[in-house]
Amino acid sequence: MRILGVAVIVVVFLGSASFSQTIDAIDSPNDHGQSVHLSWQLPDTLSGVTGFILLRTTPARVHLDTVAAIPGHVREYVDSSEELVNGTAYIYELIANQDGGSAVIMMSSPVTPKGQWYHTGKTVILVFALVFSFLVLLMIQRARAGQELYVRPIGGIDAVDEAIGRATEMGRPILFVPGISEASEVATIAAFTILGRVAKRTAEYQTRLVVPNIYATVMIICQEVVKAAYMDAGRPDTYNENDVFYVTSEQFPFTAAVNGLMLRERPATNFYLGKFYAESLILAETGFQAGSMQIAGTDELTQIPFFVAACDYTLMGEELYAASAYLSKDPLQLGTLKAQDLAKVIIVIILLLGIILTSFGTDIVSRLLAINL
Amino acid sequence: MKKQLPVFLTFICAFILTVQYFVPHRTFEQIYEVSNIWLQIIGVFSIFLGIISLVSQHIMKIRRRNRQWQYSFITLGGLIIMVAAGLFPPLQERGAYEWLYDHVLNPISATMFSLLAFFIASAAFRAFRARSAIATILLLAAVFVMLGRVPLGDRLSHGFFPAVANWLLNVPNVAAKRAILIGVGLGEASMALRVMLGIERSYMAGD
Repeated sequence: MRILGVAVIVVVFLGSASFSQTIDAIDSPNDHGQSVHLSWQLPDTLSGVTGFILLRTTPARVHLDTVAAIPGHVREYVDSSEELVNGTAYIYELIANQDGGSAVIMMSSPVTPKGQWYHTGKTVILVFALVFSFLVLLMIQRARAGQELYVRPIGGIDAVDEAIGRATEMGRPILFVPGISEASEVATIAAFTILGRVAKRTAEYQTRLVVPNIYATVMIICQEVVKAAYMDAGRPDTYNENDVFYVTSEQFPFTAAVNGLMLRERPATNFYLGKFYAESLILAETGFQAGSMQIAGTDELTQIPFFVAACDYTLMGEELYAASAYLSKDPLQLGTLKAQDLAKVIIVIILLLGIILTSFGTDIVSRLLAINL
Repeated sequence: MKKQLPVFLTFICAFILTVQYFVPHRTFEQIYEVSNIWLQIIGVFSIFLGIISLVSQHIMKIRRRNRQWQYSFITLGGLIIMVAAGLFPPLQERGAYEWLYDHVLNPISATMFSLLAFFIASAAFRAFRARSAIATILLLAAVFVMLGRVPLGDRLSHGFFPAVANWLLNVPNVAAKRAILIGVGLGEASMALRVMLGIERSYMAGD
């Protein structure tokens, strides 16, 4: 009520008041047009300000809305109220409450919040994305032209055939867990690639492949990938849709179910490829106790040490994504791997430059690479 | 056409969502929101297929009298009870679903999670055996970090173990983590480009 009362007084005096101080009001940059940045300075003659009341109106002055009560020491405010309409002009008024109860009015020029068509704070990301895309296209072009592209051996992927052979000799199934994330996750997409390769081999060797899934969408894709691999191998008759199944979308019930499966079926080989979290070690240790050979791969940094400790082979981070290119030996895919290497060289050069310049007291590199999200 | 149309749709969707990341305007924000809603709708449809898979899997186990087939009754029973608690109005009004979630599912999940402590101990025992030079370095690093993280280590070494532990965690450990993160970031971008350009089509099966 008190705020409303003050507002009424302000409206009454608006016509005759003269404003020696103004509020700087600017449309907030890099947003969708629903935010205004306000800042102000108090005259030196003014002291003892206990707080402010911020009001908002339109040039037509039909309504005067109270936006916020602001503490006396604050000199800026971002109005991102839901009532702000993109493209509408607003005027802000500020009442400064002093110890004696008097109010001083400050006013802004009209400001119109507008949505921007480009986020200037993300320019560094855009530049690097364009440079990286250019490198990818360049290396693909070179690969198409027949240039030999070397990819270093990746132990975990080389061991896939050995693992499948082991399962065949032992007459036990192979377990493939494609992580516990959605199909939209890049690590899950990488898991589909390796699953296709594993499924083709198991079809050729007539070894049972079991794929439990945490999400139904992932299950559907896995079923299609396995089915297609069995058809490619010329053994569509041996494909069993019930071996690629949905368990639950809860993390630990899923872990319990897969653990139970491992202890009952005693698979000869376990693949854990995709996105994993706290369940990684529970799965890998259970697999170890069940006597399975284990190949894991994840891009989840905190889980890599667990897999390294408990599994025979671990694909660390980008090795998981490199699997499809490594397995297919497709020049187009290998070209993208080479582009990654080139990008790493660029990053290392920038890092070294930054270290040297920062050591000499110049922070130009960190300022140039600043990202303002 | 069967392959070209999904590749084309993937490219269009990926391109629009990539542009959306750099455009804060309301129009693109709405595109992002709508695409998320579509994703949820697809997820809802697929859950039916998931339930069909789960039920058929466990009915088959019971029929075939597979090993420990009795547990399949518990799974199917749990499914029916939870669905009834969430959809049947009298149970819904009494908060049966929330009660089951808080008093049955959460404690069971917490029990599974707590097993991690024992698994960490057994995995650490194997990983820290000094069988090679690298394993010995790992063992030494682990000893310093463990002693640096307990009050006894601080008292025994007058701050030496905590200082070494902090250095190990903040210098070599962070350096390795950042190296892996840079690799992961580039790998993800590369994979995304492969999918976007139709080079990587494993998710469509058969390619």
